[in-house]
Amino acid sequence: MNRRQFIQAAAGTAAAAATGVIGAEALLEAAQPAPHGRKLENVKPSPLSLDVKAEKANSWEEITTYNNYYEFGVDKDAPAQYARSLKPEPWTVTVDGECNKKAAWHLEDILKGQTLEDRIYRHRCVEAWSMVIPWVGFPLADFIKKCEPTSKAKYVEFTTLYDPKQMPGTRSPVLQWPYVEGLRMDEAMHPLTILVVGLYGEVVPNQNGAPLRLAVPWKYGFKHIKSIVKVRFVEKQPMNTWQEQAANEYGFYANVNPAVDHPRWTQATERRIGEFFRRKTLMFNGYTDQVASLYSGMDLRRNY
Amino acid sequence: MSDRTVRFVLKPLVFVTSLGPVTWLVWAALTGNLSANPLSDLTNETGIWTLRFICITLALTPLRRLTGWHAVIRFRRMTGLFAFFYGTLHFLTYVIVDRFAGLDFPDGIVALSTLRNLATSVAEDIYKRPFITVGFTTWLTMVPLALTSTVAAIRWLGGKRWNRLHRLVYATGIAGVLHYWWLVKADVRRPLTYGAVVALLLAFRLYWSRVHASRPAPRVRAPAARASHRI
Repeated sequence: MNRRQFIQAAAGTAAAAATGVIGAEALLEAAQPAPHGRKLENVKPSPLSLDVKAEKANSWEEITTYNNYYEFGVDKDAPAQYARSLKPEPWTVTVDGECNKKAAWHLEDILKGQTLEDRIYRHRCVEAWSMVIPWVGFPLADFIKKCEPTSKAKYVEFTTLYDPKQMPGTRSPVLQWPYVEGLRMDEAMHPLTILVVGLYGEVVPNQNGAPLRLAVPWKYGFKHIKSIVKVRFVEKQPMNTWQEQAANEYGFYANVNPAVDHPRWTQATERRIGEFFRRKTLMFNGYTDQVASLYSGMDLRRNY
Repeated sequence: MSDRTVRFVLKPLVFVTSLGPVTWLVWAALTGNLSANPLSDLTNETGIWTLRFICITLALTPLRRLTGWHAVIRFRRMTGLFAFFYGTLHFLTYVIVDRFAGLDFPDGIVALSTLRNLATSVAEDIYKRPFITVGFTTWLTMVPLALTSTVAAIRWLGGKRWNRLHRLVYATGIAGVLHYWWLVKADVRRPLTYGAVVALLLAFRLYWSRVHASRPAPRVRAPAARASHRI
């Protein structure tokens, strides 16, 4: 390569890189909150909800514009901008693995005869921010019972939809698609663990994981898998996506724990969205009374 | 291009443009045009703009060499100081939003203990977390460069020593990219892009000095105090 060629190549690369830098990072756009959806009928209050007089719920706008949903892009406002392309209807959930009722369920059939409840939960992201979210859902246990898992079923594995046409973020190999999460059977059967279909009494918006997502309030947000298309009962502990991505930083259990820091930041405090001063993070996100017994005798520092 | 155009038109223009990002950020924060987590946006955006100004500053010498447009070098101090400006904003945002906001206030907020606890909290964090260590180092490398950015400092140090000192900006670029890289959760495409830009700009210098090692560097006409210090 002579000097002229080198300079031309260098200039070309520089121009491409500069375009990449600018193009990849458009200035922050104020993301539009999700349009309000259909009102859900017959939603019952639940004693498992937080007292919103003591802890105010975050707004519809906050909950629907600030999301980690990498299938639509890695920026917090990307899901609000791009999740429109997701088609939550019709929706099928495939049940497979160690159970008697292997089937492809239509969402309507899953919901048939199912009482929906308001569940106002704390939501703690592994990135040390948190919200209070008024979900609408029903116990995952109700659905699991219908599937009749066998004695071999020790874990439940969930899979998110993987469709590059509907999910522009999955066109890049940012994570190993499809997104996979899992729970131990007793965690899955716990009354706090719910399948979510709504938010603020309305059908859950696409950016929040429509039409069916998980909420496990004592665990970090990444366990709350969104837009579930597959439920599999398995004997061995599933490999969840973030653990696969960086096993030293994200584990299988991912219980909220102020005593065990993320290698790169503290988990002792968190920023509640809308507040300036950071809150002290609570053990099991404040659900210790209900869930601590699930982990008695376990080293939570090792099983992070 | 005349000296007057550079001094009275272009320089003020670049100066005002460089204040654009911070003006926009303050406006967006005050009018609720940031995300639901504006404090995190302020931290991220000031950081990104620091890195951008470091890249711009590092690009000026190669640009001059490639185009022969010597006037660009007269903007190097300004863009470098803006990198320091945004870097300082970034550091202060982190201190306030990340550290101060997470303190306990046993004696109330306005108390000597607050200051002491804040200093301890910042120092501990810098010591404990590699990506913070590297981020702080990035900022530190810019301090002597900003302090010696005056004509008087160049005279005092002498061109040769000043030049050698200001090669520290290469470390600024590398450390800045590393800091960004370690912060990202999964998608390294953006840090990678900045890394490529910095690598290219540094590689150009290596290439140039190798090619021109045997020959004397081309003489550049510039006012004495702004002699062509190689960055």
